[in-house]
Amino acid sequence: MDKTLTPDTPRPSRMSRLRESDLWHSFRAHPSAIFAAVLLALVALTAFLAPLITPQNPYDLAALELWNSEIPPLWEAGGQWPYLLGTDTQGRDILSAVLYGSRISLIIGFASVILALVVGLSLGLVAGYFGGWIDNVIMRVGDVLLSMPFILIAILITAIASASLPTGLKDVLAAPILIFAIAVPSWVQYARTVRASAMVEAKKEYVQAAKMIRVKSWRVMLHHILPNCLTPIMVAATLNFGLAILSEATLSFLGVGMPPDQPSLGTLIRIGNQYLFSGLWWIVVFPSIQLCLIVLSVNMIGDWLRDALNPKLR
Amino acid sequence: MIAFLLKRTANAAFVMLAVALLAFVIFRFFGDPVEMMVNEQATLQDRIELRERLGLNDSFVTQYTRFVTNAVQGDFGISYRNQQDVMVLIKERFPATFELVLVATVISLVVGIPAGVITAVYRDSRLANMLQLGSIVGVSLPSFVVGIMLILAFSVSLGWLPAFGRGETVDIGWWSTGLLTPSGRAALVLPAISLSTFQVTLVMRLVRAEMLETLRADYIKFARARGVPSRRVQWRHALRNCLMPVITLTGMQIGNLIAFALVTETVFQWPGMGMLFIQAVTFVDLPVMAAYLLIVSFIFVALNTLVDITYAWVDPRLRDDSARGNG
Repeated sequence: MDKTLTPDTPRPSRMSRLRESDLWHSFRAHPSAIFAAVLLALVALTAFLAPLITPQNPYDLAALELWNSEIPPLWEAGGQWPYLLGTDTQGRDILSAVLYGSRISLIIGFASVILALVVGLSLGLVAGYFGGWIDNVIMRVGDVLLSMPFILIAILITAIASASLPTGLKDVLAAPILIFAIAVPSWVQYARTVRASAMVEAKKEYVQAAKMIRVKSWRVMLHHILPNCLTPIMVAATLNFGLAILSEATLSFLGVGMPPDQPSLGTLIRIGNQYLFSGLWWIVVFPSIQLCLIVLSVNMIGDWLRDALNPKLR
Repeated sequence: MIAFLLKRTANAAFVMLAVALLAFVIFRFFGDPVEMMVNEQATLQDRIELRERLGLNDSFVTQYTRFVTNAVQGDFGISYRNQQDVMVLIKERFPATFELVLVATVISLVVGIPAGVITAVYRDSRLANMLQLGSIVGVSLPSFVVGIMLILAFSVSLGWLPAFGRGETVDIGWWSTGLLTPSGRAALVLPAISLSTFQVTLVMRLVRAEMLETLRADYIKFARARGVPSRRVQWRHALRNCLMPVITLTGMQIGNLIAFALVTETVFQWPGMGMLFIQAVTFVDLPVMAAYLLIVSFIFVALNTLVDITYAWVDPRLRDDSARGNG
């Protein structure tokens, strides 16, 4: 392609290529997608800037004052500045806890999707490209994983991990364990998608030719087969990001996720759930709203992406 | 057909054996059964004898075979926590979970099907757009958040419905049902709604997609041309042809609902299998965990296999090897 360009026409920059793309046009035509993207960006920004903008570090036990406990949100009678969304029974500022909690939820969700992608794509490529017994083993393992409900696998992994680890290590490793527990049942979907297209590509002539001139198999897989199946993978990964955040919240809510001293949104909801009948509704409501907003915006982007990348709907 | 039947059943059996292997490994190697069962005064001699009696010195294969044989006969051992037969515990709790899942499924169909038809037939109307938005909100709401919000609204603020427990139950044989008493039915409302939110959106989306496809079919155009009223065309002719996938989905989702019921049961203190499992997880009660895993997976696999076989029976094209891809 490059050779057909005359020397004085510069290659279009990445930014301009993006602005010319169909995807960008479709994005601009969908207000719900724009809304979701802005919302998600806002959530991510406030979550990662949490130490700079929150009135309090919710993990610093020394900063918690017991006489500041159970303050209702600012607009209710008895609300106090700077506790915009009120405080919990230990005097922890809810807004700070929610922003720090979002950070944990986002990181765990993101990391588990990345882990599942890396494992799923590599296993899928290997299975589809080489076939034979490797393919059989990988796909059978996938079958078994898919024959158990997603949430059950994740609970079992976290339960077993926390049962077999010593108490001190358990809390330190809580986040990695969760990432692993959510990635294990979700890699299969990516592996199946990639495997299907790898099987098709592996039979094509250019792959045969590449083999002939002894191009390394990993090179063929990464440079030729993988790019061909990225579209469905991208949609699945976006939707799974929402699912991963949901799963993390569910596990933490059930008490097998993040410990109370480094709470994710799910842990905060679990804590707030204890005060449901004592009138302290704000402890549980605000983390819940934040969780719903995050998952909703991710799902809206995922839905839009699925329609935008679907050639049948163009 | 018989070949397909055998193959599909063998496949399911293989999967179940693998799940059983997993359950066995969890049961046997994460925590020492002997330590869990003896009291503190037990001498070393007692422990060695118990170890021998439980057959823990046998080879891995022998123990695994015994585990599977026992499981098939419904013997999952004794709970570490309350020294009761695991199967008895699960049998006690099963009706609660089953009724919850059943009612949630009914809600999902009763709400999801009409909503799906409306969004497909009156596309771009305000109602349809609202339902569409509702469906994406529905998939995004975690079921435990729905449950908590329902409790806040209908139990804490309004005081209309109970927030926890099962109400009064009536025993019919070993089955204890909450459907026959007013308090039992009232207690079921909130948990069932919260469990069904996700399922409702799933059914609605499926019905919508199927309806859009069906409404383009020739026989629909023909029915219209013949002068059949459009409402009748939509709700009778078209909808009927969309129901098969809905039934499939509902069947396949029951396993998922049973698993997800454990979250709902935790929120509403619902005395079902899921609560039993979560308590077992907290106390590292391995026999109960293993039994729950096996039973839920079995329901899951059995329903999937049944659906596949039914499809192959209805549609012979699915019997050849290419159908194995999604199995």
